[in-house]
Amino acid sequence: MDSTYFQYLDYAVYGTAVLVMLIGLYAALVKKSLLKIVIGLSIVDSGLNLLIVTLGYIKGGTAPIFSPGYNGTQAMVDPIPQALVLTAIVIGFGVTAVALSLVIRLWRHHHTLYIDEIKNLKW
Amino acid sequence: MKKILVLLLLAVVGFYTAETFFDIGFGKAPFVKSSEIKPVKDVYLHQTVQELKVANAVTSIVVNFRGFDTLGEVTVLFLSVTALGSILYKKRHHVGERSVLFSASSIVTSGSKLLFPAIVLLGAYVFIHGHLSPGGGFQGGVIIATGFLLMLLAYENYSVSHKGLAIVESLAGITFAGVGLLGFMNGGTFLQNFLATGTLNDLFSGGIIPIIYIAVGFKVAAELTGVIYTVLNEKGEQHG
Repeated sequence: MDSTYFQYLDYAVYGTAVLVMLIGLYAALVKKSLLKIVIGLSIVDSGLNLLIVTLGYIKGGTAPIFSPGYNGTQAMVDPIPQALVLTAIVIGFGVTAVALSLVIRLWRHHHTLYIDEIKNLKW
Repeated sequence: MKKILVLLLLAVVGFYTAETFFDIGFGKAPFVKSSEIKPVKDVYLHQTVQELKVANAVTSIVVNFRGFDTLGEVTVLFLSVTALGSILYKKRHHVGERSVLFSASSIVTSGSKLLFPAIVLLGAYVFIHGHLSPGGGFQGGVIIATGFLLMLLAYENYSVSHKGLAIVESLAGITFAGVGLLGFMNGGTFLQNFLATGTLNDLFSGGIIPIIYIAVGFKVAAELTGVIYTVLNEKGEQHG
């Protein structure tokens, strides 16, 4: 770790992304309501996306778009993590939609969302 | 007790994840072994401008360099929408009753009637200019779906034709795969560019990239509208 290059604020950038991820994981592991678990999984998604996008950042870099206003010399941030995150967001939407539909189905069957009260799956 | 265990576990996971990224460093230029090897980023940015003539590098990566990946992504979206529909399947006579049963005020209904064409136009703008400015097929499709969400929330009896959605979705998917297959006839590989690329920053530039992104925009809009419609028509057995 190069302390002259890596400032305290830089720790905060990665730290925030990891913290968002951990908050989501905590919700998914501890909460009893199925809705809160789904929300937790979707927060994990956001944290991961934030982490991947930050990885491609370059100090002083501009957006990777060659619009007419671009001067041709300024460094550009890495577009590959952004393209990957675009994919990941759509997949995250699909996962959340299917999870919520399963929650609706469970509600229809048991009339409760609390996993302590849904006992059919215990053995 | 369980909470303490979970917190300990998360602390360990978080520490090691964060430490890995601290070692990589933030905002540095990518690490290269020798000056002859360029990072992938530079190669992509160079080819985006020189060969594909696309202004937005993210679009060129999503649709051209990783176009096959995007076809898979669209397939996953389609699969998840199909799974949603089949999990929430109901018998015929239940369909049509909305779970949102109160009616909206006249301000909301007339306002949303005014806003709906503007929202659809904005969405179409975003996905048509996907190769020139920030945005693209997925973003434009989501904007159009929000317009349909507004109409579904404002009007109790507003309905979307499922057959129409299915036709739009299938045609868009066929366009994507068909344009990809045309690459075999003209160039050699799947999703290879076979149209003239034009000049940078023109609306008609980039070869097949705008065509594919417009198809993706229609597909995403139809699928998301389908999701919203399916979930909104989900009537609870008992209210509460």
